[in-house]
Amino acid sequence: MKDIDVLNSLRKDILLAAYKSGEGHVPSAFSILELIFGFYKQLHSDRKSLADTVTTDKFVLSKGHGALALYAVLSEFGYFSKDWVENFAQEDSLFGGHPDWLKVPGVEASTGSLGHGIGIAAGMAYAQKIQGNNSKIFCLIGDGELNEGTIWETCLVANHHKLSNFIVLVDQNHSSDRAIKTEPLQEKFRSFGFLTKSINGNNFDEVKAIYADRSEYEAPRAIIAETIKGFGIKEMENNPEWHHKTPDAKTFESFMDQLI
Amino acid sequence: MRKIFSEITDQIIREDEKTVLLLGDIGVFAFRKTIEDFPLRAMNFGIMEQTMISFASGLAKEKFIPIVHTIAPFLVERAYEQLKVDFGYQQLGGNFISVGASNDYSSLGCTHHCPGDVGNLLNIPEMEIITPGTSVEFKTALLERYGNNKPTYFRLSEKENEINNSNVGGKGVKIKNGKLATVIAIGPTLNLVLESTKNYDVEIIYLNHVRPIDHEILINNCKSNKILIIEPFYECTINFLINKIFETRFPIILNLGIERNLMKTYGSSMQIDTLQGFTPKNLRSKLDTLINAK
Repeated sequence: MKDIDVLNSLRKDILLAAYKSGEGHVPSAFSILELIFGFYKQLHSDRKSLADTVTTDKFVLSKGHGALALYAVLSEFGYFSKDWVENFAQEDSLFGGHPDWLKVPGVEASTGSLGHGIGIAAGMAYAQKIQGNNSKIFCLIGDGELNEGTIWETCLVANHHKLSNFIVLVDQNHSSDRAIKTEPLQEKFRSFGFLTKSINGNNFDEVKAIYADRSEYEAPRAIIAETIKGFGIKEMENNPEWHHKTPDAKTFESFMDQLI
Repeated sequence: MRKIFSEITDQIIREDEKTVLLLGDIGVFAFRKTIEDFPLRAMNFGIMEQTMISFASGLAKEKFIPIVHTIAPFLVERAYEQLKVDFGYQQLGGNFISVGASNDYSSLGCTHHCPGDVGNLLNIPEMEIITPGTSVEFKTALLERYGNNKPTYFRLSEKENEINNSNVGGKGVKIKNGKLATVIAIGPTLNLVLESTKNYDVEIIYLNHVRPIDHEILINNCKSNKILIIEPFYECTINFLINKIFETRFPIILNLGIERNLMKTYGSSMQIDTLQGFTPKNLRSKLDTLINAK
């Protein structure tokens, strides 16, 4: 199956889970889907199997409300079955509105409170440094999350300790523009000692290239991924009404048709 | 206790390669040799407590054992959510060692006082809470618990008891038998309790582990069903733990601890204790009321 078809299929899984449960941050999941899928596709092309613990690059979803995208991707790569869509965020489910690493295979950190995951990820990256490992730790944060002071504290720390295995992916879907404007982001991260690059985060070819990059860097990196919140469904794209809204039956059918 | 903290932590860092020391720009001089010898596993993290705790949980996630140290209000109150979520919710092990206790930084004022630390941390069910009464007790507890894969808070204090109770496993100690009431002394309050109760026929039980609390020593004693709890933090902080233990015996419980207001005065720690009513006279008054209660 082509990547574009897999991504469409995953968007359907996300939409179905949200529709069945009446819960979920669908547009946030849609803006970051390529970024998460790209990480695990690269990881599993490097790994021989799920049991391969030699290739240990890790991914932390700091913007935990994008959990639907993480579940869809982890399920695609065999961490658990596709049945997760049946009871997402229900009382008997392992799959909550924010990810819990103690419940969901493949999840690296329990997030939801913004500004925590990045510090956790930096600690994980530092742990690799102590052990002399080459493993990279990727951490996906939201642009709204950039309002949190801990983001910039962590940048100070990452730069101070030269965490060259620490890569921050910023989901720049501009959801924060209505509150605090965060741009220019590359300049901000550069001033904290990061190497930076801007990509179209919904263009899978550009996303793939980030994970395929085997260059050795001397500093932590920030990838500013310009994305569209709700990418793939025209009615949702950049429409704040859909931030934490799920479709009714008629709208669900209409949205599914757009993903064919 | 700070001296023994630097000595024993230095030893732990040297002997256990899974440990990492993170200092919130406090105690750095005392650890200068540790930092020099182990630059990757002992560091001055800087003044960013929330990130220091999240970072420590990332280390714990990767099987390291973090030892985090700074002043109590910044460690517990500023970074409370990180302790709750990154360690409590994620069920990761780590050691959080504070200085300042309730009012050890008496001359520095309200911002450096922290009588609410234990009460706040009791709201994180996974968090162990140790309030040593002496340096030796702290050393015993740290060596016993630092690698137990649980989040553990050690509350260091400038006040030290004259009697060491290096009880292992978090066990309480019966200091004295007595009939008329039971006085439960927590951590560094034992001197005050012993001084205040010399002429009283009361039982004294000493605890330096708030959680896990020694259920057994309490349920097997306290036969008078009259209990006075002496707490070095906000008064009535541990009452819900005591009430659970005695939920079928309905004891009369009185408390003496730090009053629940923000301390806005300066001076010595003893002067603040006096202002707070943390005195032998006040303790005896509470005890008289308790003993005479019907």
